[in-house]
Amino acid sequence: MSVAELELGVTKLTRPQIARRAAELIPDGSFVNLGIGIPTLAANVMPAGKDVVLHSENGILGVGPTPPEAERDRDLINASKDYVTLLPGGSYCVHSDAFAMIRGGHLDLALLGAFEVAGNGDLANWTTGDRRFPPGVGGAMDLAVGAKAIWVLTDHTTKKGEPKIVNACRYPLTAKGVVKRIFTDLALIDLTEDGLLVREMVPGLTIDALQAVTEPKLTLAEDWQELAAA
Amino acid sequence: MPIDKITPSVAEAVQGVKDGMTIMISGFGFAGVPNDLIHGVLDSGAKNLTVISNNAGTGTEGLAALIGSGRVTRIICSYPRSKGSDLFDARYAAGEIELELVPQGTLSERMRAAGAGIGGFFTPTGAGTELAAGKETRMIDGREYVLEAPLRADIALVQAQEADRWGNLVYRKAARNFGPVMAMAADLTVVQVKRIVALGEMDPEAVVTPGIFVDRVVHIDNNREWDI
Repeated sequence: MSVAELELGVTKLTRPQIARRAAELIPDGSFVNLGIGIPTLAANVMPAGKDVVLHSENGILGVGPTPPEAERDRDLINASKDYVTLLPGGSYCVHSDAFAMIRGGHLDLALLGAFEVAGNGDLANWTTGDRRFPPGVGGAMDLAVGAKAIWVLTDHTTKKGEPKIVNACRYPLTAKGVVKRIFTDLALIDLTEDGLLVREMVPGLTIDALQAVTEPKLTLAEDWQELAAA
Repeated sequence: MPIDKITPSVAEAVQGVKDGMTIMISGFGFAGVPNDLIHGVLDSGAKNLTVISNNAGTGTEGLAALIGSGRVTRIICSYPRSKGSDLFDARYAAGEIELELVPQGTLSERMRAAGAGIGGFFTPTGAGTELAAGKETRMIDGREYVLEAPLRADIALVQAQEADRWGNLVYRKAARNFGPVMAMAADLTVVQVKRIVALGEMDPEAVVTPGIFVDRVVHIDNNREWDI
């Protein structure tokens, strides 16, 4: 267990478990882009029977799970450059069409990673300004303004234990006020007009302990539930 | 003389590349990268190049080798840093390569605009961010849009699956990515393909890039696994 876990005294969700919880809550029939990092893991943990069409910025609609090693195809990878498959009904397109789908408002949802999310929905996920780590915007700015909803999937804190959900982003913004929901390894939080509403927390976590690693004021939903690892 | 864009060698395919040129290179991650053509440019000795590509190369070959050689002084891309992008990272950290970071959808649309004769376009992408700093903006239906310019190149290097002697192209899976828009946006478009087919053999309904956008085709039938 990490220092943070010892301090919190709870078991955090793994990255695939964070992706799984988001996948469970995607409405049936949605067209959904998966961004680099934890989001692309969602293709591997879709609940059986859920009919959603996964979009990848590099020109794939109908992304399926990771293939067995023997069936890897170097022409078939996702935004994270991991091997994927194409589901029946899937298709390929040129990059500019993949982004017409994104920018043109055709996607119901995009799942993105984050360096920081602010309480007002501001998202920062493309640069730290550190020259040793070159910036990388990829499709994040197009997705952030183009998809009908943005959910962020991220660790709750940095590796140093500092909050990633902040009062105001310190890093340069990807887009203003776009994030609607945050899935972390500790909680599921909705960004509402009344502020941050905690819907779910991992077993054993208290709202005070969660607040201690979150900058903006949190409110615990009356009907909050345990965030169970699937 | 019958039209025949098929070129016998990589060296002849990249003939005309010169110091100071701007070169588009297709690919996303390791899919659809014209590695043989990139090494043709490397072998040509051309320097002071501007490269336009989604990524900045990984491993030790292909785009990473070109950047590592010091011949690329400027790169226009959306996502330079990846696992294995050490050769780019080192040059960037040392201030030896200039980076113009462009959102990926803006990058591909700027190419499409150049190829389609469009003088620019307004996009909501990047509005209010550092990447739109200094750019003209306009409020359209209550939303802020950023004016983006077309993006052209002297040469586009593209990888596709199949070509015929007219230069019609069919791609394979997600290796298509930037190929079709880059092919439209350069003065000279050079394509490496895994298969050459006879004129008329390609299903006209399946042609993605019509030959009008292609100048040279070179057949690369090796299945070499590049360190990229």
